[in-house]
Amino acid sequence: MEGVDYFEHDADIGVIGCGASVGQAFERAAAAMFAVMTDLAAVQRNVQVAFDFEEADLELALVIWLNRLLAEARARGLIFGHFQLRRDGDNWHGTAWGEPWRSDLERGVEVKGATLTMLSVREREGQWEARCIVDV
Amino acid sequence: MDISRLKQIEDYCYTLPSDGKRALVKLYGSQVLLETMDDKVLEQISNVARLPGLVGAAMTMPDAHWGYGFPIGGVAAFDPELGGIISAGGVGFDISCGIRCLRSNLDLADIVPVLPRLADELFRHIPAGVGEEGSLKLAPRELDEVMLGGAHWAVEQGYGEADDLPCIEEHGTMAGAVPGNVSQLAKQRQRGEMGTLGSGNHYLEVQVVEKIYDAEAARAFGLHQGQVLVSIHCGSRGLGHQIGTDYLVSLAKAAQRLGIALPDRELACAPINSPEGREYIGAMNAAVNVALANRQILAHLTRQVFAHVLPASRLDTLYDVSHNTCKAEKHQVEGRERLLYVHRKGATRAFGPGHPAIPEAYRAVGQPVIIGGSMGTGSYVLAGIKESETKAWSSASHGAGRAMSRNAALKKWHGRELIDELAGRGILIRTRSMRGAAEEAPGAYKDVDSVAEVTEKAGLARRVAFLRPKACVKG
Repeated sequence: MEGVDYFEHDADIGVIGCGASVGQAFERAAAAMFAVMTDLAAVQRNVQVAFDFEEADLELALVIWLNRLLAEARARGLIFGHFQLRRDGDNWHGTAWGEPWRSDLERGVEVKGATLTMLSVREREGQWEARCIVDV
Repeated sequence: MDISRLKQIEDYCYTLPSDGKRALVKLYGSQVLLETMDDKVLEQISNVARLPGLVGAAMTMPDAHWGYGFPIGGVAAFDPELGGIISAGGVGFDISCGIRCLRSNLDLADIVPVLPRLADELFRHIPAGVGEEGSLKLAPRELDEVMLGGAHWAVEQGYGEADDLPCIEEHGTMAGAVPGNVSQLAKQRQRGEMGTLGSGNHYLEVQVVEKIYDAEAARAFGLHQGQVLVSIHCGSRGLGHQIGTDYLVSLAKAAQRLGIALPDRELACAPINSPEGREYIGAMNAAVNVALANRQILAHLTRQVFAHVLPASRLDTLYDVSHNTCKAEKHQVEGRERLLYVHRKGATRAFGPGHPAIPEAYRAVGQPVIIGGSMGTGSYVLAGIKESETKAWSSASHGAGRAMSRNAALKKWHGRELIDELAGRGILIRTRSMRGAAEEAPGAYKDVDSVAEVTEKAGLARRVAFLRPKACVKG
């Protein structure tokens, strides 16, 4: 997957999303996180879930975005495979697409939450990188 | 870990002396175990030693490894009267994750002929792994009752037996739960997750007692060589995860507002005697009760499967102990009894003989302590000892502890091959996740024998029995 990578952590998993905008970097960090749970290429866009949140701190915004996605997926029995995030100042508008878990979807490991450890959101030469350790 | 900065003060205890900015750090372990730990363990526990109101040292257990905020295997006690804090990062996302250990009236010879069927039936009836839901769906009002009643609620609903309750920490119900402090989203996340095992390092394992170390304690715990046990490792599921998530951000903001300097944002905390601190404690205690109820339901499902496959079987609760908690406990500090909030993140409470919280049947020998190992090696039952009170607020190791990252394990092992190899050694694995199996490869963990031995030699708990896995349902 383009713009998706991982970094080492003893017990858990470090996810990285990179993109031309902070929103795109966050979308790809979300893809990195959900790819721990299944093969995203197999996830169909049958259900759409949209939500908004307000956060001025970019790093906290990343954690809130990832955790809100996990919560919305778990509360509805869904797996998400596609993500969109639009930033309007401190207001963030997120949308995720996915489907209920099917028996033939590959099972990876469950992500419990996105943590604040080794959290970073930075821009370098027009490229944004968002990093976060997720607890599995 | 580079241990050259540490000072060895006992055979199995090293310290990082206070530098004036932080309190004393103590690391329990052998030289070998400490050297194999990541340097981040020392960095993280040093950060914990900077938090306000810490009493004594910030400590790590012999199975410690790099976590988030607190290291896994971290123990730290805070005094509310000294401005002590409560930290969501000191408890973790999986609030009250722990182990329920059931002892059976069966011996190895009884299960050998039916082991594949037993493993298959357990896998069929125990919801395990990402995306799996339980058959029990709770309305919001019922979930409030779970958050208040814990395992008592489960027994009242017909899950398990009243005889289980004395052998569960807090006798099955954690006081001080406030369901109103738990978000609607947390409650929604739990709707389909009661009676589910989860994923990652969670498991349900059929084990056999291979070796007895302490005959007197084994007798008190009802254990003998060759006996079949079942251990269930899981926690408070989606509700606990969401409480951890909700309060991590709100406590991080509270700490900033209250002027608490956090060396790592994950140490998000608030004074115990603050509205924010009290709110988190009420929510955390609600999650503890959900975890106790969850393990009670899983114990019930396990008994149903055993009764079906082996009709003459009986499974009694040996003990149920959590290892991701913060509990208010009375401890002796410089000759005076004080109420401390003891954070144990990946560490097990280990009260010594005579403590009133220990079930009467075990009180003379100490609290049962369970060190859960990897699926290919084994686990230990230990007993708490008096000495641990002064050393580590009565705390001990909780598992083997990871020695290798999940990414590294994934590159080194393939799930299917690993499962086949373990089957060749007589250990049946049932899982939907080949990725999960590879990440949980026995070789990705520290040597559990060494962890248990050092836990004993460090004076934290004493070994009672070694348990060899025979079948394992992995999430």
